[in-house]
Amino acid sequence: MALLELRSISKTFNHDPALDHVNLDIEEGTILCLLGPSGCGKTTLLRIIAGLEKADAGDVYFDNRDMAAIEPHRRNFGMMFQEFALFPHLNVMGNITFGLKMQNKSRAETLKRTREMLLLVGLEEYALRGVSELSGGERQRVALARTLAPRPKLVLLDEPFGSLDRALRERLLLEVRNILKRLGVTTVFVTHDQAEAYAVADIIAVMDKGRIEQTDTPENLYAHPANETVARFLGFHNLMEGLILPDKTISTDLGVLHHIDHNCTQGTEVTVLIRPDGAKIRDGSQPVEDRETIVNGIVKDCLFKGRNYHLEFQVSTGQVLVFELSNESRPSPDGSSLELILSPSAVVIMPHTKLLNRTIHD
Amino acid sequence: MKKVILQRDGFFLFQDEVIPMKKYGIYFFILALSLTVLTGCSKGCKPDDIKVITIMTHDSFSISEGIIGIFEKENNVNVRFIKSGDAGAALNQAILSRENPLADIFYGVDNTFMSRALKAGIFVSYDSPLLSAVDDRFELDTEHSLLPVDYSDICLNYDKAWFKDRGIAPPESLEDLIKPEYKGLSVVENPATSSPGLGFLLATIGHFGSEHYLDYWKELRKNDVLVTDGWEDAYWGQFSAASEGVRPIVVSYASSPPAEVHFSQKPLDEAPTAAVTAPGTAFRQIEFAGILKGCKNPEIARKLIDFMLDKTFQEDIPLQMFVFPVNSKARLPEVFARHARLAEEPVKVSPEDIAQNREQWIEAWTINVLR
Amino acid sequence: MKTIKTRYSMIIAGVPLVFLAVFYFYPLIRIFNLSLISDGTWNLEGFGKLVSTPYYVRTLWFTTWQAAVSTVLTLIIALPGAYVFARYRFSGKNILQSFTAIPFVLPSVVVAAAFHALLGPRGILNTWLMNDFAFATPPIKLDHTIWFILMAHVFYNYTVVLRIVGSAWSRLQPSLTEAAHMLGASPWKTFRKITFPLLFPSISAASLLVFIFCFSSFGVILILGGPRYATIEVEIYRQAVHIFNLPMAAALSLIQICFTFVFMWVYTTLQRRASITLYPESRSATQKKPVGRRQKIIVWANILVMVIMLGSPLIALVIQSFRAPDGFSLVFYRAIFANRAQSIFYVPPVEAIAYSVGFAFAALVLSLIIGGCAATFIARGGKRITSILDPVFMLPLATSAVTLGFGYIIALDRPPLNLRTSMILIPLAHTLVAYPFVVRSILPALRSIPENLRESAAMLGASPFQAWMKVVMPIVRRSIVVGAVFAFTVSIGEFGATVFVARPQTPTMPLAIYRFLGQPGIMNYGQAMAMSTLLMLVTAAGFLFLERIRITSGGEF
Repeated sequence: MALLELRSISKTFNHDPALDHVNLDIEEGTILCLLGPSGCGKTTLLRIIAGLEKADAGDVYFDNRDMAAIEPHRRNFGMMFQEFALFPHLNVMGNITFGLKMQNKSRAETLKRTREMLLLVGLEEYALRGVSELSGGERQRVALARTLAPRPKLVLLDEPFGSLDRALRERLLLEVRNILKRLGVTTVFVTHDQAEAYAVADIIAVMDKGRIEQTDTPENLYAHPANETVARFLGFHNLMEGLILPDKTISTDLGVLHHIDHNCTQGTEVTVLIRPDGAKIRDGSQPVEDRETIVNGIVKDCLFKGRNYHLEFQVSTGQVLVFELSNESRPSPDGSSLELILSPSAVVIMPHTKLLNRTIHD
Repeated sequence: MKKVILQRDGFFLFQDEVIPMKKYGIYFFILALSLTVLTGCSKGCKPDDIKVITIMTHDSFSISEGIIGIFEKENNVNVRFIKSGDAGAALNQAILSRENPLADIFYGVDNTFMSRALKAGIFVSYDSPLLSAVDDRFELDTEHSLLPVDYSDICLNYDKAWFKDRGIAPPESLEDLIKPEYKGLSVVENPATSSPGLGFLLATIGHFGSEHYLDYWKELRKNDVLVTDGWEDAYWGQFSAASEGVRPIVVSYASSPPAEVHFSQKPLDEAPTAAVTAPGTAFRQIEFAGILKGCKNPEIARKLIDFMLDKTFQEDIPLQMFVFPVNSKARLPEVFARHARLAEEPVKVSPEDIAQNREQWIEAWTINVLR
Repeated sequence: MKTIKTRYSMIIAGVPLVFLAVFYFYPLIRIFNLSLISDGTWNLEGFGKLVSTPYYVRTLWFTTWQAAVSTVLTLIIALPGAYVFARYRFSGKNILQSFTAIPFVLPSVVVAAAFHALLGPRGILNTWLMNDFAFATPPIKLDHTIWFILMAHVFYNYTVVLRIVGSAWSRLQPSLTEAAHMLGASPWKTFRKITFPLLFPSISAASLLVFIFCFSSFGVILILGGPRYATIEVEIYRQAVHIFNLPMAAALSLIQICFTFVFMWVYTTLQRRASITLYPESRSATQKKPVGRRQKIIVWANILVMVIMLGSPLIALVIQSFRAPDGFSLVFYRAIFANRAQSIFYVPPVEAIAYSVGFAFAALVLSLIIGGCAATFIARGGKRITSILDPVFMLPLATSAVTLGFGYIIALDRPPLNLRTSMILIPLAHTLVAYPFVVRSILPALRSIPENLRESAAMLGASPFQAWMKVVMPIVRRSIVVGAVFAFTVSIGEFGATVFVARPQTPTMPLAIYRFLGQPGIMNYGQAMAMSTLLMLVTAAGFLFLERIRITSGGEF
């Protein structure tokens, strides 16, 4: 039995459906990430779990208990807010002890726990600082310590890294994951940034327009986005329509593609995703292995990104595909033609959706 | 600012909360306690067996502590007072509360308000035996539901020193005020908002007649008369003898000069101000008291009315309120006898006339003098 | 969960609503009933007369006009002061701030006396001008002019703007204006484009209070303006008391209430649109000692304005209280401590002070409870209901004391509300006038608290009440102190309503002052001035006490 179960949660704001029959299970000890573009309903879902918002329909079960009648302050969940919402009238210490005092913990225990928390987030020296004297990262850590101090049974994080700069974010991501894992606390974590989600989550639930599109481990999600929406949100842009041929290859505008997914029926229309990391430059007359496909096109733009090249590649149909190429060989200059070899493992098939002519940066 | 409390194990404790809330709590507790004591006292501190008789009156009412004490002792009652604003406001409240009167006796209806009070029918008549000592002129209500208690004359007062210094003759009549040499010298009160103001307007109506008084006022306006809304502003704000004002003539009472002497810092032989008491220059204001219909202690109320008309009370009135007692047997205090003068022939305007025309006269006055 | 939230907000809204229903609407409805309905039919003659008589239309126009001009003038003069108080630290600031509120408590007769002493025809200034510059007549003629009214209104209301706007300004991060400067905005432009919009909620709150205060101005108009000027309030008094034309008085009162409601409604709509979330920041971060010539000049110029505008009449008053005909002495002070006239109504100053302070603290507590609940409800409640309730909560401030006083007489006359002679009525009446100040002081601060602070308190296990006590209260504490100071001030100086509900055995200091001024004689005048000086002292002491609570109660934010 999952620790937290969401059953058919729905919610509308001013007649706009914000959540549409959402179901979700979260096992004890896992970090689940709600990933989705802004306005997809992920924060609303988080607030419904917290009890700060009431669902129009559906149930929240925690530890097999219906939470409907339980007020937020009696749930013993921890929540970290987007701008941290530190209490400006209290110092670091006052913020961290707040929850402990609400639980009427003894003074000794309060002090002990607070010290643990300060140590945990590495802010021992900051106990008596006012919150306005802290930097962004320090505030974030205080907020985390404050959230964790009362030993919540479930931790909810709402875009916890949203307001931090990139370098700080990358460092803290790991720190936060380590802290959460060390405590073994069940966590629901909201973000719109896939990199954050990959780095922190055990399970990712991709949301769009009030629905959960896919729930999976980061690895599976990356390997097998369930549909076009998920694929696009994960940053995949190489999408095209295709038709499964009798030999299970796919006929597309690029030609016939091989793939490794055998769960498909002949004659069905599908959406094909070519993952950007599944291509390499064909070097002269390099022989093509079995099931690999050669694609011809023109280099539109090529950026060196350190570990790899970011290539925008226009194929004969006019579509621009994006690839991450290994940095071993430099592609030809912009405007010149190029041959790429696609590996079948880079080809993912998904249920058919009518593709819109979107630009790659949407 | 931050208070740091060091714990035994050397760890810091937070400074902020708990303590101040306790502190507030203490303040509130003290406050609540004192309030309870206060309210408890006002209800519980008087013995239960003693009856309470209440007099409702206006803000200017005053009497000596000892005098009331005499009555309380004689009748084994407590006398309580309710003051409710100026004479008009107090009377209106008495009228409004007629279903369930706030008091046993109302004191302070004057002859300008008398008709309103009688029309409202809030008083019961009482033919006090002590009325025999009161001049019939004062008994305007023949039913005796309102009994006269005191009177005073509303008239012009002037700053003696001012006129003496400048060698100008002080005013002797209403007509003097419109003479060129008195230009810009006088200050009067608005009859719409002040009872001396109304008294003075009535004096001019009585003197010039209701057809001609406006002509007089128009002249007065041309002669730069200053109008204030209340006696306080006129006397304390504009009158040269009493304050930083520059106007040496003010509408006040004929008994104001003795007050100037009585309330002087050093004993004075002569009042710094004088009242104009020549015939046809003053309006006589008579103040009445009455027993309120439906009062709780009519018996004692009658006794208190008798007491108010009797010598003891009447002799106390002058120095408390600076008005004259109606009881002709009452002796005036020395400072009063020496410095107070009565108007020789105050103008006559009947309460009925006043009741009937009051609003119209005031309106006409307002249009002609103020706008 | 929804039901719990609803119950919670019902209690919050219930406290002020029940209070208003019992001590405001019920008496008003009773008196309007009595005035406007005779023999079962409505007597609406008054309304007809109101719109058809040019005089009343003019009165209404004048009332609005003078209130608007007074408000603008007060803003112009007090905003720089608010800036200086919010941004700079200098010694004596606390005392100066307390002192700016003293005018607020002084009865208008006393203020008139102070202005006369200073600016009257024989006042200090005119005497000096006539002596040294050989003017034949006093060159300053302010008496009974509109200027006197406007000056007095600025004098009274300076502190409202200073406190309310100052407290918001000190929470505004200097980085915002610095950013604007860096983007090339001139100081004036920065003020117009950044500071003013950010301060708009508090500026409009202060303006509204000043406006309503001037709109229902009574004593100042009567005494300083003279009979040529009449506001609706004055006219109501005239109709109700002197003419006893209750239908007319009721019609005027209703008009006054309707006008206030409309102003309030417009204001509420404006403010809702302009509501801005500010993070409460550390005060020490925003205040600094003035450095450099420019800043010093700014600070000193404002102090000078305060001293001249507010200080000089007060000083003149104090001087009067010591100036006996034969030189300076304590004779007036000695006199107020002795019952020379043997009057039964003699008020020992200590007793008057005790009653005044006692009532003021009771009114303060009541106002904080009622105003706090009202503000909390308005800050959180639904848009539709608060846009009606917010104006309703402000109505008592602009309701004529005489109307309400008469209402009390007929409405509170039987158990369980047999309060006509109870002294509880005094703090209740004061609360009615004082709590709107608390609402307006706290509301901008409450609105500026981000919702997620309350939510994080809830997530940390705090019940709504705990969240309110431990998070909201401390953050708005400074605004609460501002509200408390106002409640205290309003109560201690209240006269108009007190006159109807106070009893001779429970006199307040303003009543005692009026009692002295009721009779001729220099001793009476001097004692009134001495009592006024005491009133000023007691008020200042009260402020210092309230400010001390703020300082001792832990860290600032």
